[in-house]
Amino acid sequence: MWTYLSRRLIQGIFTLLIITILVFILTRLSADPLAQYATNPNMTAADRQALRERLGLNQPLPVQYLKWLGLALQGELGKSFFSKQPVSLMISQRLPLTLILMVTAQIITVLLALGLGIISAVRQYSITDNIVTSLSFIGFSMPIFFIALGLMLIFAVQFKLWGLPYLPTGADIWSTKDPLQLIRHLVLPVTSLVLIQTAGYARYVRTSILEVLGLDYIRTARAKGLTERSTLYKHALRNAALPFITILGLDIPYLLSGALVTESIYAWPGMGRLFWEYAQRGDFPVVLGVLLIVSAAVVFFSIVTDMVYTLIDPRIRLS
Amino acid sequence: MSETTITTQVVKLDAESTSIILLTPRQLIWRRFRKHKMAILGMIGVALLLVFIIGGSIFIPLDRANQVDLKANLSGPSQTHLMGTDSTGRDVFNRIVYGGQISLLVGLLAVLIEVSLGTVIGGIAAYYGGWVDIILMRFTEAMLSIPSLFLLIVLGKTFGKSVQTINIFGLSFSGSVGIVILVIGTTSWMYLARIVRANVLSLREMDYISASKALGASNSRIFFSHLIPNTLGAIIVSSTLGLAGAILTEAYVSFLGLGVQPPTASWGNTLTSAQSFIQRGAWWLWVFPSLFIVFTILCINLMGDGLRDAFDPRSGKNI
Repeated sequence: MWTYLSRRLIQGIFTLLIITILVFILTRLSADPLAQYATNPNMTAADRQALRERLGLNQPLPVQYLKWLGLALQGELGKSFFSKQPVSLMISQRLPLTLILMVTAQIITVLLALGLGIISAVRQYSITDNIVTSLSFIGFSMPIFFIALGLMLIFAVQFKLWGLPYLPTGADIWSTKDPLQLIRHLVLPVTSLVLIQTAGYARYVRTSILEVLGLDYIRTARAKGLTERSTLYKHALRNAALPFITILGLDIPYLLSGALVTESIYAWPGMGRLFWEYAQRGDFPVVLGVLLIVSAAVVFFSIVTDMVYTLIDPRIRLS
Repeated sequence: MSETTITTQVVKLDAESTSIILLTPRQLIWRRFRKHKMAILGMIGVALLLVFIIGGSIFIPLDRANQVDLKANLSGPSQTHLMGTDSTGRDVFNRIVYGGQISLLVGLLAVLIEVSLGTVIGGIAAYYGGWVDIILMRFTEAMLSIPSLFLLIVLGKTFGKSVQTINIFGLSFSGSVGIVILVIGTTSWMYLARIVRANVLSLREMDYISASKALGASNSRIFFSHLIPNTLGAIIVSSTLGLAGAILTEAYVSFLGLGVQPPTASWGNTLTSAQSFIQRGAWWLWVFPSLFIVFTILCINLMGDGLRDAFDPRSGKNI
């Protein structure tokens, strides 16, 4: 166990190192952060050069990388060129809003997917199962902007035209202190995310329950005379839940990264939109900061999920 | 149930099993695929789509798809404009025909890059093992740990700086098409690399590989004529599903404005303006391109599902 954990940790650190090199090179090549000043009439070419030197942008890339890495290891992610604010402050402002959106959507998704998955697995090939399976297949093949724009068109634009109570599509929720207002803003983005995500999860739950239901110990349980109900809930679900927990664990870091497309359609000021806005400006401290935090979370949670999995599943022995 | 029916069943089963033995693997796969009604339906859907796109581009000249008519902008579906016009008065129907060509082209070429990279990286990692394997797999994991949309945006910004117009076969494309293909291809090979690696790792230990080594076959011969053909099933399945993924990714990237640039049409960039004009009730900008995307992805995914079942030896019992 401990040797396995330490090996995974070393691997994780190695992976993270590659990630930092990769994102640093790509981000720095992607755009010139000083391009926004190129058309500024108050700035001469000499001024820009001086600024470039002051920010250390004229140094060779490996030197810049090592400096950035050194600071990042101390938790110092630098300042945004555009807003002049520290990156860590900007991220900490956006993170709660992203978490409100993503965690709400995730909880509803998981409950819905479990319910639908169990129903369609237990009544395999029934009408309910066929409907759930078809719908989840369609949802699985659907880009989220299809649903997000559609919901926006119906519940925000048309309802307003028809004089019905309509839902807001993104406004200034920074200043909102009223929880009711926040919930009203959450409805459409959360619904879009839930509809899309449930499709994938429900398919997964259905398959893993069906797999378990075909095993010998379930037949034994039925032969013992257990009711179908307790066979399902006491025996089948426990084992079927194991792979589902893995998927959930691996998806936790993506709650941090937010939903870029949904956030930009509904003007939700979360992490995804922060990344998108600053990537367009070539503001690399912000872009790097977001990428580093999210990727580190991905690596961290994959190790945690592995460990949790070995703890809850006694069949796995680590050597 | 009478005894006679049972015996006839046994006889029938026997006749079937002898005929199965005579089938080549390819015939076996085709049989299983044919049994999959939804997969056949998906194949018919893809064929219809190809007829629509190719036929449409014979009847409609490219100029009509890119023709700007500011007087008729944002008009709804009518006799002259079957699916309405966009914000600069371009006909949405014509753009869907030509956009479909671009979207499918992007999908196919991106999958080609994905398959080549995935096969070569996964194959080399497994075949050589040791340090090569460690470094390649850490790199694969690093690429997987960065949220894919973030990676696409950064890469899109990196390569999207130098966009030129390309002329092929007398048709001019925005150079962004090539960049989108490159970006999608280089960010999607990771799962395939893992699948190929796992497959090659298990094949490498087989006797027929040792036999070819003893016969003096070179590394590249063993690699390309023994190892790769035996993982072809997995490669075909994941490249079919990868095609759906690539078309969807093109839609996302173009939707965000980083993908295929106008005047060249793609399904994704036809949708870009839908976001801003849906507030004014321009539903046709949203519904028609989206339906084409969803239909295409759905059909390809159905085909991929059928192929996966057909290539899976475990599903052999229900032929």
